[in-house]
Amino acid sequence: MNYQWNWGLLLKEPYAGWLLTGLGWTVALSITGWLIALPLGIAIGIARTSSSRWILRLSGFYVSMFRNIPLLLQMFVWFFVVPELLPARLGLWFKRDLPNPEFWTGVLVLAFYTSGRLAELFRAGLQAVPRGQRMAADATGMNRAQALRYIVMPQALRIILPPLTSEFLSIVKNSSLALTIGVLELTAQSRQIENFTFHGFEAFGAATAFYVLVALVLNLVMVRLQRTLALPVAV
Amino acid sequence: MIEFKRVNKCYGAHHVLRNITMTVARGEVVVVCGPSGSGKSTLIKCVNALEPYQDGHILVDGIDVGSNARSATRLRQRVGMVFQNFELYPHLSVIDNICLAQRVVLKRQAEEARERARRLLDRVGLKDKESAYPMNLSGGQQQRIAIARALALDPEIMLFDEPTSALDPEMINEVLDVMTALAADGMTMMVVTHEMGFARRVASRVVFMDMGEVVEDCSTDEFFGQPQSRSDRAQLFLGKILSH
Amino acid sequence: MPDYALIVRNASFLFDGLLLSLTLTLVGVIGGFAVGTALALVRLFTGIIGNYVVDAYVFVFRAIPLILVIFWFYFMVPLILGRPVGAWTSATVAFTLFEGAYYSEILRAGLKSVRAGQLNAALASGMSRAQALRYVILPQAFTAMIPIFLTQAIILFQDTSLVFVVSLHDFLTATTIIANRDGRLIEAYTFACLVYYLICLAATAGVEKLKRTFAR
Repeated sequence: MNYQWNWGLLLKEPYAGWLLTGLGWTVALSITGWLIALPLGIAIGIARTSSSRWILRLSGFYVSMFRNIPLLLQMFVWFFVVPELLPARLGLWFKRDLPNPEFWTGVLVLAFYTSGRLAELFRAGLQAVPRGQRMAADATGMNRAQALRYIVMPQALRIILPPLTSEFLSIVKNSSLALTIGVLELTAQSRQIENFTFHGFEAFGAATAFYVLVALVLNLVMVRLQRTLALPVAV
Repeated sequence: MIEFKRVNKCYGAHHVLRNITMTVARGEVVVVCGPSGSGKSTLIKCVNALEPYQDGHILVDGIDVGSNARSATRLRQRVGMVFQNFELYPHLSVIDNICLAQRVVLKRQAEEARERARRLLDRVGLKDKESAYPMNLSGGQQQRIAIARALALDPEIMLFDEPTSALDPEMINEVLDVMTALAADGMTMMVVTHEMGFARRVASRVVFMDMGEVVEDCSTDEFFGQPQSRSDRAQLFLGKILSH
Repeated sequence: MPDYALIVRNASFLFDGLLLSLTLTLVGVIGGFAVGTALALVRLFTGIIGNYVVDAYVFVFRAIPLILVIFWFYFMVPLILGRPVGAWTSATVAFTLFEGAYYSEILRAGLKSVRAGQLNAALASGMSRAQALRYVILPQAFTAMIPIFLTQAIILFQDTSLVFVVSLHDFLTATTIIANRDGRLIEAYTFACLVYYLICLAATAGVEKLKRTFAR
């Protein structure tokens, strides 16, 4: 295999700058998307445990839509199709006046896609809390919202903490799809470097290292969170 | 038949078995009792090498249990075990549960295995359940089948690890009856249990364990007949367990 | 004026794309299963070092985006083989190794899901570890794992759309091509959404049915 290694490449400009910019966009996409997806996902997740058939059906349809269509296709739909379907003035604003429309589109796609998955996660967590807990709460006169807030949700959150952190890692990985609509996030930048220099190992290696680092840090955060939130166990 | 010589076992820092020395003679029925955490379940699992031990010797019919893996596998053909959670194989029918080890370990022919299985099912009173699946049966029925499954290999010793602890009260007796009949037929048995009534009626010896040690090891008559001469810990335990 | 005749005009092109997506999925499932099983065997039969190696493999493949994996192998496979290879070859390698990591985790969870007592009961009756695995543990593990395998396959089917980044003509890429060529983005993408939605919905319903059959 004929390959000239040149790891120093990564520290030289402009490549180092490219990687950092890319990392910045990845972080921005992931965190912004997550901040929107989380409350949305909790709301839909609660809706998925509703006793009303209509709410159940509607939220079910919401989840199924984002779940059965590939994320990449959703990206294209939001970027190419939705602006056309918006009322004329809004569409124009979106295509012309909004700064970084690719970024915001990416954020919206990631947010809605992840909210669907989070909804299912929260539904599972809420349903995993023993029914007796809700009955105990009702018996003391709490209404549904209070029971949810003080008794059921705190327990559900502890149950789904591991898959929840895994979903955050997913959104970080999925942010790479924004490169198809022009956001120069980390993966795109590494491909850029490879295109310019033909040093693929170094370029992709750098990107891999960053993602692995994020995964490792997330693991640690999850362990820490679990320990802080853990309910005292009878010895 | 079973000899324990200064057996010691640790789980990390936890010293689970301390200098266990005792014997189970051929034809004896020995009941091992004691509070939770006393090590009695661990002890019985050491006999057929399901649990390793660090120090001392366990000899079954003269063969050292800890010597190597192959001898352990062969030993297990002569020692049958019944578990607290029955552990029937859920994906196999009752008769297949009883035949599997016969065919795979003893290499018996399928027809012969089935014949023996049917006879054993009859012996435990469940002849008509041969095609049923474990999940459709009650706990008591499952445990009786587990006993039949263990007997299918014609063992010389039977080990019971809290066989009735996971059963609803009304089903305990059907299992104890099978065990009583087994003892009457002369089987060498080592039974970890809380069922003192069974111990009194059937056991030849009672061993009381606490915190990893053998505290009492005497005949059933002595154990129940002269409780005052037993140690404090044994009396405490007996007091708690007999008064309900 | 929406022009859905676009779809009809390009039906065979789109159909070829769909076929490629499905073929790639199949290759990924079979190859991934083989790799996953190999990894699980390494885990079962080697010591600590073997386990750490498999852990590292699985960790890395699950930490990085699939697009990056595709780029990696698009770049690396020709380099290793010493000659240029098409996007198809590098994509199949990428998907196989990627899915292998996920399948090995499914296998591991499946094996763990069988109660420890079952192994004890099998060993107690004199079976060797291999016999216990074969007659008692694996049959139970597989019934638990099959629905999860199939769900993973459905996810893989959606993931095949990512070969867009190396211009392999899967269903999505074919859709984007005709969308841009004829300037009919809305019709093309809506159609693609419908196709993916129906296929994945039907497949998921099938898996649910299978799960119910297993719980006999």
